[in-house]
Amino acid sequence: MMTTEASTMGAAHNEEVGPPDTVAMQTFGFWLYLMSDLIIFSTLFATFAVLGRNYAGGPTGKELFDLPYLLGETLFLLFSSVTYGLVMLAVHDGKKQWVLIGLAVTFLLGLGFVSMEIHEFQRLIAAGFGPDRSAFLSSFFTLVGTHGTHVTFGLVWMAVMIAQVAVKGLTSPVQSRLMRLSMFWHFLDIIWIGIFSIVYLMGVV
Amino acid sequence: MSQAPIDSTGISRGSLKSYLTGFVLSLILTAIPFALVRRGTWSASAALAGIFSAGIVQILVHLHYFLHLDTSSAARWNLLAMMFTLLILALFVGGTLWIMFTLNYRMM
Repeated sequence: MMTTEASTMGAAHNEEVGPPDTVAMQTFGFWLYLMSDLIIFSTLFATFAVLGRNYAGGPTGKELFDLPYLLGETLFLLFSSVTYGLVMLAVHDGKKQWVLIGLAVTFLLGLGFVSMEIHEFQRLIAAGFGPDRSAFLSSFFTLVGTHGTHVTFGLVWMAVMIAQVAVKGLTSPVQSRLMRLSMFWHFLDIIWIGIFSIVYLMGVV
Repeated sequence: MSQAPIDSTGISRGSLKSYLTGFVLSLILTAIPFALVRRGTWSASAALAGIFSAGIVQILVHLHYFLHLDTSSAARWNLLAMMFTLLILALFVGGTLWIMFTLNYRMM
């Protein structure tokens, strides 16, 4: 059943769907990439845990962090995670129009998150509290900035997928890419839970 | 059309119910630590423990309701890979903290 479907798909669209379990292999391979990404984040979290209280006479997290603003960022990312989940349901039902709408909404929510983060960074740097101010701020900008960069690349990927869905439709390769982007997106939301808990909230306590 | 790719992958699609359940639980688990910090009625160590626990539970909620990770045979390899990663992560983070916060004692 699956073999027939996958091979007809591959033949019909002349793309890289080879043996029947290629998609499963790609998904698992992507999962392994996410796990290695998790290692990167864990080293950055460890760095922050060691350096996060070395203020060098500069401002502390308590003075810098704005909790309602942080809650706004968090909700943007959480909502986008849920709308992406709804996109995957629409993909499964083959509703192309809803997939496009869902991806657009998810993209805008993600863009809202990144814009808020860039604005926060600008505000800090303009006030003279850039990454060069203290070990706390160096580790803060590295950890939060690495996450923000990931989200930004996720947005680029999402824009590409919107174009692919619009042009190619929900072909098997496109579906499998949407699946991997959903893993990436949910993964980034999970990392953000760690960031807002450990960096922001624990810094304010 | 082809539903095979998505169902055959380690992480299955979910349902409207699972996403909405995950969403509501996440909202609650986000609200708790924010309220803890904002109120400031708990002692610092109790608040830290509260934030940490809410974070861990929310990560589990996301893994279960959004990434659909469980012990089904399809997700078993993903789970195994994650377990191994968590071991490495514990060595990295735990080892770093252990060494760096006992430096004084070790340099005597």
